[in-house]
Amino acid sequence: MIPAPAFLTNPERFMAFSRWAAPMFGAIAVVLGVAGLWLGWSAPPDYQQSFTVRILFIHIPTAWMSEFVYACLAVASLLSLVWRQVLADAAAQAAAPLGAGFTLLTLATGSLWGRPEWGTWWVWDARLTSELILFLIYLGYMALRASMDDEAKAARAAAILGLVGALILPVIHYSVYWWNTLHQGASVFRSGGSALAPVFFWPVILIVLAYTSAFGSLWLVRIRGEVWRRRAEAAALRAARG
Amino acid sequence: MSRLGALLARETALAWGKGGGPLVSVGFYAGVATLLPLAIGPEPARLAAIAPGAAWVGLALASLLSLDRLFERDYEDGALDHLVLSPTPLELTCAVKCFAQWLATGAPLALAAPVAAIALGAPLNLAPLVFVCALIGGLAFAFTGGIGAALSLGARRGGLLTAVIVLPLFVPPVIFGGGALASYLAGLPWTSGLVLLGAYAAAFVALGPLFMAAACRNALS
Repeated sequence: MIPAPAFLTNPERFMAFSRWAAPMFGAIAVVLGVAGLWLGWSAPPDYQQSFTVRILFIHIPTAWMSEFVYACLAVASLLSLVWRQVLADAAAQAAAPLGAGFTLLTLATGSLWGRPEWGTWWVWDARLTSELILFLIYLGYMALRASMDDEAKAARAAAILGLVGALILPVIHYSVYWWNTLHQGASVFRSGGSALAPVFFWPVILIVLAYTSAFGSLWLVRIRGEVWRRRAEAAALRAARG
Repeated sequence: MSRLGALLARETALAWGKGGGPLVSVGFYAGVATLLPLAIGPEPARLAAIAPGAAWVGLALASLLSLDRLFERDYEDGALDHLVLSPTPLELTCAVKCFAQWLATGAPLALAAPVAAIALGAPLNLAPLVFVCALIGGLAFAFTGGIGAALSLGARRGGLLTAVIVLPLFVPPVIFGGGALASYLAGLPWTSGLVLLGAYAAAFVALGPLFMAAACRNALS
């Protein structure tokens, strides 16, 4: 296989690496996030959406993250299923609630934006629907993990489901678009080619980077927590055996 | 070959044996189709508008019902251990089990689907398409559902968990089948929905058993 760097496969080295990497990513996220929010706040109101456009500065990045996190989960699932890497399994487990959180935030901020702009909280548009199904897939993944007592079995079952999800997500995405165009033709709600003006573009990019960095930080922290939990469990077992 | 035949005979006999599983599925389907007008109201115009979609969604739900019996019973009584040990590849065994599931549940439901659609107010000339869609869709439901059933082996709340895992996998077939029915009613070209439904079913007949076998091996390890 591709030689993975030891600080990502060896738990000892990973703990040493993440000890400083997690706070570093967190700090980067704060700096970029503050800069992006400040730029976004000082951006002029949109000529159609007025100040509501500011919701998009946090909505677009969460939508992007919801899919990026699933990609991370799928890669971690593959590593854990095929090469049996312990840390990859912990990584997949740690990514799922974060991804579900980003997906929920996307749906919530989109809803808040949709109420003044489209006049409705929810519409059965292709993008909205596939985001909702992505949320359901995250929920299924977490439910499967949580409902098995044997951790090794839960890990492999979850990894298989993670890969099935990666396989099915593009198909669902395609089918939902097919359905939507079948029923209502060209949707008014589609962002039709109009590129963002630079004054709106840079805040979005900065906040995308901030979210990515924040995810990296939270992910590392959660993996560290998982490693500590497993160590504690192993120590408790040793102590019980005497 | 005779091994596969024996397995198919065993699965079908188990499905039709005590309890009459397929009839229970059809009964559930009839129940869903009955509750719907009670909830929505009996106006024929309103019911006719949703008849094909309602018949189709009820079918997906009824296919979910019998999934937990697909692997769970064999897992509990140890028959799955024997199936794993047999010289037949486990992937093939899983495919035969899902095929038997389709014969036992999908086929009776496909016969019931046009009846439900017409009872809800769909025109008579829609019946053949409902039957064909239900037959192909049932294949997709059986082979995607098997993945969820195999993954939730050994889990607590297995049945509910299977449903949560499987429902996202049911999204494309529900869309394609419902789309074919709706465009047939609207007089639009309807074959693309049917073809996509067939493609989805074929893809999962090929890929589903690989995931099922991996999940079964994991559950028994």
